[in-house]
Amino acid sequence: MASILTLDGISKRFGAIVIANDVDLAVKKGEALGIIGPNGAGKTTLFGVITGTVPPDSGCVTFDGRDVTRLPPDQRCRMGIARSFQIPQPFGGMTVFENLVVAAAFGQGRSEHDVYAQSHDILERCGLAAKANRPASSLTLLDRKRLELARALATAPQLLLLDEVAGGLTEHECEALVDLIRDIRKTGITIVWIEHIVHALLAVIDRLVVLHGGAFIAQGDPQEVIRSPQVNEIYMGIPADA
Amino acid sequence: MGAAAIRVVHSTRSSRIGVAGFALLFVMLAAAPFWAERSDLRLLVEIFTYVALASLWNLLAGYAGLVSVGQQAYVGLGAYILFGLAIFAGINPVWTIPIAGLISAVIAIPVAFLIFRLRGHYFAIGTWVVAEVFRLLAAQIGPLGGGSGISLPVATVTAIAETRQMREFLIYWIALALLVVILGLIVMLLRSRYGLALTAIRDNETAALSNGVNVTRTKLVVYVITAAGTAMIGALIFLQKLRISPDVAFSVNEWTAFVIFIVVIGGVGRLEGPIIGTIVFFLLRETLADLGALYLLMLGIVAIGVMLKAPKGIWGYVADRFGWELFPLARRVERRDGPPP
Repeated sequence: MASILTLDGISKRFGAIVIANDVDLAVKKGEALGIIGPNGAGKTTLFGVITGTVPPDSGCVTFDGRDVTRLPPDQRCRMGIARSFQIPQPFGGMTVFENLVVAAAFGQGRSEHDVYAQSHDILERCGLAAKANRPASSLTLLDRKRLELARALATAPQLLLLDEVAGGLTEHECEALVDLIRDIRKTGITIVWIEHIVHALLAVIDRLVVLHGGAFIAQGDPQEVIRSPQVNEIYMGIPADA
Repeated sequence: MGAAAIRVVHSTRSSRIGVAGFALLFVMLAAAPFWAERSDLRLLVEIFTYVALASLWNLLAGYAGLVSVGQQAYVGLGAYILFGLAIFAGINPVWTIPIAGLISAVIAIPVAFLIFRLRGHYFAIGTWVVAEVFRLLAAQIGPLGGGSGISLPVATVTAIAETRQMREFLIYWIALALLVVILGLIVMLLRSRYGLALTAIRDNETAALSNGVNVTRTKLVVYVITAAGTAMIGALIFLQKLRISPDVAFSVNEWTAFVIFIVVIGGVGRLEGPIIGTIVFFLLRETLADLGALYLLMLGIVAIGVMLKAPKGIWGYVADRFGWELFPLARRVERRDGPPP
């Protein structure tokens, strides 16, 4: 199947720190890809490059057959790239429902009234309908993460980038979230998911890549990658040639 | 839950009370020439212009995040356009007010392209520099009195209205009408698609951008609108004063520092804030103005006190505590088939 997203030779450094070093990545349409890697490996920066908040030093980002490297984030969102932030970024002074309306109206470039019903449906799917009129700033961590996800969905994305949505949740909350992401996947949305909670990730994805030191050091079948010597080396400190 | 099962309402109980209160206040104020003293009318005009300036600055800084300390550029520009058109083109000063708004909007576009390249503190300083450039340019216009300024010719003044009393009434009603129009337009703007974008930008610019909001274009629209509104108010202020000079027309103290004080103590990023702030400001000024420099010191103490105790301003504190909203800006979901969720 055709690639929906490709990264070609992406490099990014902040001063002396290399965040991405000639990274290549192709994500197929409908695929669910997981990304793991130690803190500071450049995972979130990679999302910034894909969504347009972080300009790469070199390389090129192609989405849906179009070079988007120089497009601003809002335009990429309207093309179908949505992301959830690792630290939830709600519009705190607006209600939960208004948060959704912003994402739906602007992410899809439609009029406000056209997206009311749809916004409310997404809130129901994400278990937030009962809190629709609450200010977003009053939500608990779990609900803030749900809101991140709901808002990303409201933009009607083709590609959904999830940044550690399971972090900080209880086991039970995490299961509910995994079910929700599985449902989203069934609707045909391509998913790229950065996560430290590996078992949550493995329940959804069909390919796993490992980012370390600004480069992909392993990729392929999730179970095989998890057991690979490279992963054991960076996570457990067991030398790969042992 | 089907798509038809919900509806969205803008008004809340507090906003219905608020709108009714504003309507009553408007009727009372519109009749003020029949019950108020001349000095009261002059004070009310001043209050109206400050509510308008503060509401516009609040839209710019509180919503769009464009913290300008150079809005005096447009107060002065509007005032100079009024004097220029009235003196050189012989246009009735009253009619130059909307023209001042239009011309200032056009001038604001290239200015925006220049200063939008700056961020944060640099943007604030940039706006001030622009205002100073405007002031220096105004001082170069010899026919308008250069650096020392000029008065409106008697013939022009009498053309506004035959008697002094009628002129003052007219200016009073124009000030009230302009304030109502500006506040009404701000409410309409905030209820529109732009308002949704603006409120999102106010709360979280990064998230707004990531949700498809064209942040730069939204800010540009707001900058141009506030420039036009500020210029019309500026024109009106100097129509009342009948005299203009660059130092007064482009005063950072009068038209920006006091305005920022008003918005900060009233509550930034909320429509009610500038109204509450202006009331507090005028209460302080009318009771303490005789104290001279001590008065400014007191203003500073009040500002620091409010920032420490209620960082979101007086109205921010009230709204957080009681959930009140005086303008119908909310988008509340209600279920059609049962009680609200």
